[in-house]
Amino acid sequence: MAVVYQKSTGLTDVEMHYCPGCTHGVIHKLVADALVELDLLDNTVGVAPVGCSVFAYNYFNCDMHEAAHGRAPAVATGIKRVLPDNTVFTYQGDGDLAAIGTAEVIHAAMRGESITTIFVNNAIYGMTGGQMAPTTLVGQKATTAPLGRDQAHYGQPLHMAEMIGLIGGAAYSTRVTVVDMPNMMKARNAIKKAFQMQREKKGFTFVEVLSTCPTNWGLTPVQSLSWVKDTMMQEFPLGVFKDIDKKE
Amino acid sequence: MKKELWKGNEAIAEAAIRAGCRHFFGYPITPQNEIPEYMSLHMPKVGGVFVQAESEVAAINMVYGAAGSGARVMTSSSSPGISLKQEGISYLAGAELPCLIVNIMRGGPGLGTIQPAQADYYQATRGGGNGDYRVIVLAPATIQEACDQVRDGFDLADKYRMPVMILADGMIGQMMEAVEWHDSKVDDLPEKAWATTGTKGQRKPNIINSLFIDPNESENHNLKLNRKYEEVKANEIRYEADIPEDCEVVFVAYGTPARLARAAVRVLKEEGINAGLFRPITLWPFPERELHEIAKRDSVKAVVAVEMSMGQMIDDVKIAVNGVKPVGFCGKAGGIVPTPREVADAAKDALKGAR
Amino acid sequence: MTHEILISGFGGQGVMAIGKTLAEAGMKDGYEVSWLPSYGPEMRGGTANCSVVISDEMIISPIVLEPTVLIAMNAPSLDKFLPNVIPGGKVFVNSSIVDKKVDRTDVDSYYIPTMEMAQHLGNLRVANMVMLGAVNEVTDLLEEDTIREMLSLLFTGSKADLVELNINALRMGASCANDEACMIRSESQ
Repeated sequence: MAVVYQKSTGLTDVEMHYCPGCTHGVIHKLVADALVELDLLDNTVGVAPVGCSVFAYNYFNCDMHEAAHGRAPAVATGIKRVLPDNTVFTYQGDGDLAAIGTAEVIHAAMRGESITTIFVNNAIYGMTGGQMAPTTLVGQKATTAPLGRDQAHYGQPLHMAEMIGLIGGAAYSTRVTVVDMPNMMKARNAIKKAFQMQREKKGFTFVEVLSTCPTNWGLTPVQSLSWVKDTMMQEFPLGVFKDIDKKE
Repeated sequence: MKKELWKGNEAIAEAAIRAGCRHFFGYPITPQNEIPEYMSLHMPKVGGVFVQAESEVAAINMVYGAAGSGARVMTSSSSPGISLKQEGISYLAGAELPCLIVNIMRGGPGLGTIQPAQADYYQATRGGGNGDYRVIVLAPATIQEACDQVRDGFDLADKYRMPVMILADGMIGQMMEAVEWHDSKVDDLPEKAWATTGTKGQRKPNIINSLFIDPNESENHNLKLNRKYEEVKANEIRYEADIPEDCEVVFVAYGTPARLARAAVRVLKEEGINAGLFRPITLWPFPERELHEIAKRDSVKAVVAVEMSMGQMIDDVKIAVNGVKPVGFCGKAGGIVPTPREVADAAKDALKGAR
Repeated sequence: MTHEILISGFGGQGVMAIGKTLAEAGMKDGYEVSWLPSYGPEMRGGTANCSVVISDEMIISPIVLEPTVLIAMNAPSLDKFLPNVIPGGKVFVNSSIVDKKVDRTDVDSYYIPTMEMAQHLGNLRVANMVMLGAVNEVTDLLEEDTIREMLSLLFTGSKADLVELNINALRMGASCANDEACMIRSESQ
């Protein structure tokens, strides 16, 4: 019988703990596939964050390093400076990357660290139970913003891919999503491109992926996919915000 | 070997390079700036890496990443900066990673002062960050000793897979003294099969981690760490005891105050009082049994802790002495250094109290 | 023999350099030495001081509280540290900018117009070396050859000329310390 689909060899057989309808699983697969297809997996060190993907070190089939909340880009810097020829990536959520770890990611980009950051943005703190994130939309409800994010009190969401795109050391910054097949293919290409650019030591590469959180959004998985398209993408437009390949 | 005049901070940095350290991550703070400055100039010359991080928090996490990848790695800072590093030190301890951390202490709390102090003793010897853990703490009293402890510290860190801290007051960092370099081999550093270096398709993935979500697993991990700490206690205690016969009063001091206590011993001798100095070199593990045996001697009437703090090490002194003799105290804080006269007077007070 | 030397002045007067030179040369001459700076904002223009201990036995404390030698490069330093000098100690005053006299009779005092002499040599920056020359002449601490050797390691290439300039400054300071007339002249200024 012909194999028409199989789990990525870049992932382990450990059963993932993610909620139904959450797109972490898809993003894990895209990252793992990219590493396998580029033949980088055996030479990769991944850095897992604190957040829903805290157990990512059990899921990726390569050497993995846990980091404290927000510190993944600093940990990855340490790893990459020891192993300049290895592929090093961080996998971080919005609380991890855009709140407690803002300084770390901005400065990793500033230094042009040759690492890849996969930034999973679902506009909420998932693991701790649906608190407001820096990327929570104005008006969006969260357990620490029960009436919805009030702009007068909390300002507006942070646009990380755009911010990273402004930094000299960044080689590539893009925002993609995985809510349907065409977008999944684009996300796959973006992640592959980021790793490819890292291999070529071009600088810091950053892929923001708009993701879902049915559990904390209080929506069904299907509604969640629609909410990303209809609402989230209005605030966070998809696109490439920096690509030094294009400039040259 | 030829003697050379070295400033403490620069000597520590040079000693690290000589000990095979090739990765340094730091952040500026007085009075330890000469360490990162020296590293920035000299690391590239030996093919090493110096990175000035965006914060002490980032610096220690770079150390965490580099240590996980098997590097002989180091950071340095001073008190407020070391506070910021505590998160990372806890992770390093939890994930059982070796590294060397240098704290050139200044006065606190808060921004405090840039003048020398020893007010971080609790933080250093009790773990400092969250969780049940220890780091080996080495306390130099001379520049030569600081240099020797750098090599020793890296080796201890590798041997036990745990962070080691050199705890020195600002005076040790800033002063100059003669140093003799004892060149040591660095081509036989231990293999680190656990490091995350890429599987190369040759082995199962390595994971550097301190998260054990299952409480039973978590307890087992803590028990494992504790067994290691007991082993360190059994094997790695270092101290210096200069206790004359008929010693009436024993000073206990580390770092610069140990030197001042030695001066006080002379002052007292001129006044006909026999005093001695017990200098813990490892602050954790503290040479508890060794100090207890000395305190027990019949001639000893009192023990006096001398610190540049309001009294932190004195707790360990009291634990060690365990009530067999009274424990007096001479302490200065906020960057003020006790004079030998003040130290001697504290001894006389303690003796009065003991009679 | 233990010399406990306290050197104090404004930042930029070469106070730290006097101390380092003394310590370095002392070590080369076979003594135990220590050098301890005051550090912090004063390094950047305020008052600066450093302690140097030179001894033929192990140095216990690097902190100089009761100096055997005080080098006061400015007036505040003289005010602050003169009371601490041990009886029989030696006090060196930079008379170019210090008008005051030493108001103790139990110490030897030397008034060295370091800046006029440095100016005479054409480089104000060697004023500290003039002072060092005077101190060394009186205390007989260090060999001129040792200092020359050190200076030639310090100043190489295009700066090699500075070795002679510094040596001349040292000699000028030394002659001043011996020259009563010179001393009197500096007192009268």
